Amino acid sequence: MATAKDRAQAPAGSGLNDDIGEDKRLALYRSQVRLRDAEQRAYDLFLQNLVKGTSHLSLGQEAIAAGFGEAMVKGDLSFCTYRGHAHTLARGVPVEKVLGELMQKDNGLMRGKGGSMHLTSEEHGVMGSYAIIGAHLPIACGAAWRAQYKGDKDVSVCFFGDGTTNIGAFHEALNFAAVWKLPVVFVCENNLYMEYTPIADVTAVEHPAADRASAYGLERIVIDGNDADVVYRAAQKAFAKARAGEGPSLIECMTYRHSGHSRADPAKYRPEGELEKWKERDPIKIYRERLKQFGVSDAKIEEIETSVRKEVDDATEVCKAAPMPPLDILTTDVYADGGWAWRN
Amino acid sequence: MAEISYRDAVIRGIAQEMARDNDVVFLGEDVAKAGGVFKATVGLYEQFGPLRVRDTPISEQAILGAAMGAAMTGLKPIAEIMFSDFFAVCFDYIANEFPKSRYMSNGQTKCPLVVRTGNGAGSRFGAQHSQSVENWCMMIPGLKVVAPSSPVDVIGLLAASVRDPDPVIFLEHKSLYATKGEVPDGEILDTLGTAKVLRQGSDCTIVALALMVSRALAAAETLKAEHGIDCEVIDVRSLVPLDTQTILGSVAKTHRLFTVEENPRLCGWGAEIVSIVADEAFYDLDGPPVRITTPHIPLPAADILEDIVLPTPARIVETIRKSLGS
Repeated sequence: MATAKDRAQAPAGSGLNDDIGEDKRLALYRSQVRLRDAEQRAYDLFLQNLVKGTSHLSLGQEAIAAGFGEAMVKGDLSFCTYRGHAHTLARGVPVEKVLGELMQKDNGLMRGKGGSMHLTSEEHGVMGSYAIIGAHLPIACGAAWRAQYKGDKDVSVCFFGDGTTNIGAFHEALNFAAVWKLPVVFVCENNLYMEYTPIADVTAVEHPAADRASAYGLERIVIDGNDADVVYRAAQKAFAKARAGEGPSLIECMTYRHSGHSRADPAKYRPEGELEKWKERDPIKIYRERLKQFGVSDAKIEEIETSVRKEVDDATEVCKAAPMPPLDILTTDVYADGGWAWRN
Repeated sequence: MAEISYRDAVIRGIAQEMARDNDVVFLGEDVAKAGGVFKATVGLYEQFGPLRVRDTPISEQAILGAAMGAAMTGLKPIAEIMFSDFFAVCFDYIANEFPKSRYMSNGQTKCPLVVRTGNGAGSRFGAQHSQSVENWCMMIPGLKVVAPSSPVDVIGLLAASVRDPDPVIFLEHKSLYATKGEVPDGEILDTLGTAKVLRQGSDCTIVALALMVSRALAAAETLKAEHGIDCEVIDVRSLVPLDTQTILGSVAKTHRLFTVEENPRLCGWGAEIVSIVADEAFYDLDGPPVRITTPHIPLPAADILEDIVLPTPARIVETIRKSLGS
């Protein structure tokens, strides 16, 4: 839970500050509702045994993926984790492509060859979802190095959870990015639990990402990750810094996972009342109120919700009807020649 | 034509590719201003500047991860891991990330990079700075694995590796850095997946890699001079892609197969070659294929111990002589 001090440090004006503008606010709301509905649908399909393998949902954490997604522009690159459905969707990837991959159908983003934990859509700037904790932080550094070397203005944005802050690759990447002054933004989603264990039980500092920032000469940034306006502003600030050649940022977003770690986890380790308390700060609920404060009509809000639901419903039907992948893709794309030959 | 060292061939190979293509960049520990701990990158920093030749912290995961991110987005990085033993601290990239991203993304992701590393024994460095890890890499679908034995092959195969669209593990043998060989002038470009017959023979086929190639050749000379056994010696050069046709063709002629491997015995590369020959050329064989390897032990530091643990020309001679019954 973010402390009062943290909130005081967050960018000012989450209230009636109109720096963001109505069009962007509507987009932020639409994105959050879309992530919520698509992931809720993924869970429903899992209960119907139509989502195979594992899946890790971001229910309750939508403001972060949406806030960064709306602040990113075409050409910016996303590096996601195995909990990456939301971040993939937030770059504009069609719902049916994501659900199709979760259902391991031929219409999926990777035709079932990657699965839920590896969503990738390079045409949308989604440079992969990485299922080995910490692996993608150095990879994002490399993409940022290319931008620096080539004089490109894109930013590499790397999302990860609080648990990642205790693995070596996190620290290697932070130091590397700081020393090379790379245009990369590290986004820690602190949902209070590393898988099943409270992050506080296994971490030496209160804020697992932000309290390490000073070790790499970076600003300590903790924000309310359940307020999309706050996230959007923090993203814009970090992106401007990166594009100006002023190096990386590390942003710790305080949030909460409404569901368990993965589909197999009922999350019984959480103290009674904790989930309910956080649901009062549900990012979508917060943002619906925000829109009303800005005079957006109920009808407009409902129109967004209805059109998103239709997109998710239509995508579900497409995916249910889609064929399984053909067996001949089994041996394609092992090597760049398209095949799998390792000998003559 | 000039005689240069294996070490200088590394420098020339990298320089050739960096001069050809601005997208080729190079990073690693102590590689730039210091010129590398093996002095195999001296002068590159001065020639290509600080943007293209970059020193890194001691962060092997950051080195390989950064190389991958750069490769995915358009560069052609060469990354150095100082000792191949250190692959163990960044093996996620070698085993999980480089080789699987293309497949998992259904062909969306590319990873054209080269990891150069100092491999192999002979420097009395002990068990954590002397290993031959080619078998660690060979087992992973999606990687290519190359190990040159001569200066000319260093340049040609390094150039081929840099230009290859797949991730290539390029194993330089530490004990070969000081060795010399003739190298033609001008650009040199070789082909991955091609073995070389270095000595023609009719009585048996010896297949070797990297440092073991010169030992196999020395053993072949002794076997001919002292025992009248005429060996064909093949330098595998590239474990993936693997040129099985050259090996199978040789076995069809000599009817006997010996592998000389520096990696520890279990699951060494020679086991795969023996398996292929047994599957596909069993009736060409007049006797059992024999593997001559380092035993299944960690490598010792003391010279007297390290010298007997690797296959030596004397052990190769003795094994082949006994096996052929002469």
